[in-house]
Amino acid sequence: MNWRAIFALVRKDLSIVRQSKAVMIPIIMVPVILVVVLPLGASLLLGNEAMMADFTDDMAVFFDNLPESIRDEIAPYQSESQQALYLLLVYQFAPLFLIVPLMMANVIAADSFVGERERKTLEALIHTPATDFEIYASKLLTAWIPALIVTLAGSVLYGLVVNVAAYPIIERVFFPTALWVVLIVWVAPAAAGLGLAAMVLVSSRVNTFQEAYQLSGLVVLPVVFLLVGQFAGLLYLSPALLIVGGLVLWGIDGALLWYGARSFQRGELIARL
Amino acid sequence: MEAVIQTNDLTRHFGDIVAVDALSLEIQRGEIFGLLGHNGAGKTTTVRLMNGVLNPTSGNVRVLGLSPVEQGAELRRRTGVLTETPALYEALSARANLTLFAEIYNLPKADVAQRVESMLAQFNLADRADEKVGGFSKGMKQRLALSRAFLHEPELLFLDEPTSGLDPIAARQVNDSILHASRDERRTVVLATHNLRDAQQMCDRVAVLEHGRLVALGKPAELARELVQARTVLFHVELSQAAQAEATLQDYAESVSTDDAGGALTAQGLVYDRIPDAVHALAIAGIRVYQVSPQEPTLEDVYFTLHQVDTEAS
Repeated sequence: MNWRAIFALVRKDLSIVRQSKAVMIPIIMVPVILVVVLPLGASLLLGNEAMMADFTDDMAVFFDNLPESIRDEIAPYQSESQQALYLLLVYQFAPLFLIVPLMMANVIAADSFVGERERKTLEALIHTPATDFEIYASKLLTAWIPALIVTLAGSVLYGLVVNVAAYPIIERVFFPTALWVVLIVWVAPAAAGLGLAAMVLVSSRVNTFQEAYQLSGLVVLPVVFLLVGQFAGLLYLSPALLIVGGLVLWGIDGALLWYGARSFQRGELIARL
Repeated sequence: MEAVIQTNDLTRHFGDIVAVDALSLEIQRGEIFGLLGHNGAGKTTTVRLMNGVLNPTSGNVRVLGLSPVEQGAELRRRTGVLTETPALYEALSARANLTLFAEIYNLPKADVAQRVESMLAQFNLADRADEKVGGFSKGMKQRLALSRAFLHEPELLFLDEPTSGLDPIAARQVNDSILHASRDERRTVVLATHNLRDAQQMCDRVAVLEHGRLVALGKPAELARELVQARTVLFHVELSQAAQAEATLQDYAESVSTDDAGGALTAQGLVYDRIPDAVHALAIAGIRVYQVSPQEPTLEDVYFTLHQVDTEAS
């Protein structure tokens, strides 16, 4: 395995990604909205006591339906505002945060896999001694490494924003929780892998970056189900659930990426040029 | 002579289409070998098969003693390719493009900068080395792509239309580089081209492909003599007898024309073996003949003759 070639290709792809507005806009905007704007907005809204008073009855029903473990977790918080904000920032926004690694990996992989073909630069690459697997691995790393870095940076930023913005209401530093540690360390990298795997599957069936990005956008559907499920009270995230869910996700990633590696052959790629 | 490329009944299908059809040939070390043919004749597919980028449907090929199917990566370390389109990273500078490929080819780290610099200088790109390739003219892109093919000093070069888009001076420089690589450095060059004049001047041997089939193989001059019977012949005759000479030559040539001054006639489509008969007929008619100059057929004549035969057969 020629790691020098792999990292040269990764650097090349990242340099091209940095210059592409179509890639950089979603890469910057989505984390900013999910990590800064949403938690900040939620903290400001739930700090408004007059508004919270309108939802007192609904909140009481909601709290009664919570699993015992979560009721115990929010017990130290006295007011409904504190409890509601804690639930929102720790539980409801957790699935949303997974959109960051998913989307990051997905959009960069779209540019790396499909963009290379669209820009007609692939043929020069496949006439080099780089093996099919080295080219494939370079494209996976191009998307996966920045997705992990932004996820990690995003989680630090999220921690800062929620602890600072919610402090006037919650009056203590409460983040990160065990749930989020599992989410960031175990599930988010697997979610990035899912974003990549989706793009690997889609890339062989489309011709342009935009088509690839739009089609593989369906990969956020599981996150939407998690989000709706929590709001509807159908399921609640827990560290144990995340560990099992992450394991399943890693398994799916492994299977899809193995399949992708088998189908990523220069003969097939060149036939589609 | 040492065969660098050997193909034996090499065939590649794409669905029902036969892109390369039972191609058998040998290319010797140091040779400049032309692959000629119109678009879709199978030139690019042949290069891809030889460089281990595509696998053959049947038949076999060995290049530099290696099997492109089994030892593709090892083979491609020793070959350089100029693809039909330059396939450059336009968001990167010329230097970054070459450095990337130097690393992919695993050139010694200490040599990369110097080698890149040397290629930029050789192909007259040093002044624009740090500019993004997207802003380059077509000719500059072609020169950069060519320098990339030469970068790792390959033993075997596959060059697809190397002078495409170049002005005459740049084209001459590129052709000189190719000749230098072959004559002085003993590199083997496979030149896929439509430019028959370049092929005639540079190639030691050529193969003409039609619908993936090899329809002619040999040295350009030999092929021309073998395959092109009808020639263009210039006759210089007594000025006052030009009209009579023109009438006499009509029986031997497809067309005859007289120049404005009247003494020089051009007979086109005169079969080589009948030139003595035509001269004899002029002499019998009492025409004073000062000069007879049969024009040597060119590769272009060969190409069009073969293409015409193929079209008629189809």
